[in-house]
Amino acid sequence: MENQQEQHIIGYKTLLNVLLLLFVLTGITVGASYLDLGQLNVWLALFIAAIKGTLVLFFFMHMKYEGRALRWSFLGTIFFLFIMISFTFWDVAFR
Amino acid sequence: MSSKSFNSGSHTSGQDESGKKFGMWLFLYTEIILFGGLFVLYAVYFAKYTGDFIEGGKELNRLFGVVNTIILLISSFAVAAAVTAIQKKEKIKSMAGIITALLCGLIFLINKYFEWSHKIHNGIYPNSEKLVDGPDGLNQFFGLYYVITGLHGVHIIIGMTLLLISLIFVMTNRVAHNRFAMLENSGLYWHLVDLIWIFIFPLFYLVI
Repeated sequence: MENQQEQHIIGYKTLLNVLLLLFVLTGITVGASYLDLGQLNVWLALFIAAIKGTLVLFFFMHMKYEGRALRWSFLGTIFFLFIMISFTFWDVAFR
Repeated sequence: MSSKSFNSGSHTSGQDESGKKFGMWLFLYTEIILFGGLFVLYAVYFAKYTGDFIEGGKELNRLFGVVNTIILLISSFAVAAAVTAIQKKEKIKSMAGIITALLCGLIFLINKYFEWSHKIHNGIYPNSEKLVDGPDGLNQFFGLYYVITGLHGVHIIIGMTLLLISLIFVMTNRVAHNRFAMLENSGLYWHLVDLIWIFIFPLFYLVI
């Protein structure tokens, strides 16, 4: 049975490298939490979490190798999440 | 229209693997919005009761958070490796990956059990006297803590159930190199649970 939709296979080594990178980022985010940066602490933690999330999404969840339909629908979801967050804060800020 | 109207690359067995995956992703989008809503709630109360949230955060043990983060990352890697293995027709390796992930999920839940019991022992649980009579912000913080980590824990249990079914399917060859949507979708679910934890961990254990 020939499979025309060639499935992309991610090698074990790539997956292991991603895992190690995730460990390093976990270490960085724990280390950064001991610094007193005021408000910046929150943004830094979220920024590192976003990088870790992107790594999981791209490699463990194969998103890097998916077609347009999945990529754009995912971005659409994030866009709606962004609307939900920003409109909520818009409301809260002007109460 | 002929039978190969679209998705002409689908398998002769009539299985629509990419359709199954797309359906799973659509479901995952709703999960993202579900947890996203809870994170918004957290953010708004954090802005309102920053001082109380800092007090509450001190009650949480960082070590539990770090250990559980590492456990979930390892389990996610194991599931991703199990998918790679099934694609390469390496059945035993694939099963080993799934079993590793299941064990990690179990350790995660055991940690959570100890963490929660310690708090409940200290009088910190929903509607406890300590929280109801204490500052509003502290009550909100632990309310969100129990709802978000609780809902996440339920997702871990569902994810483990799906992985267990996948394991049985791999063992009985119902999941194989040319049809592994069940394993792949269970994996996607498991990774999403990991992804959500990646955001829960700094918000509750580190930021404050």
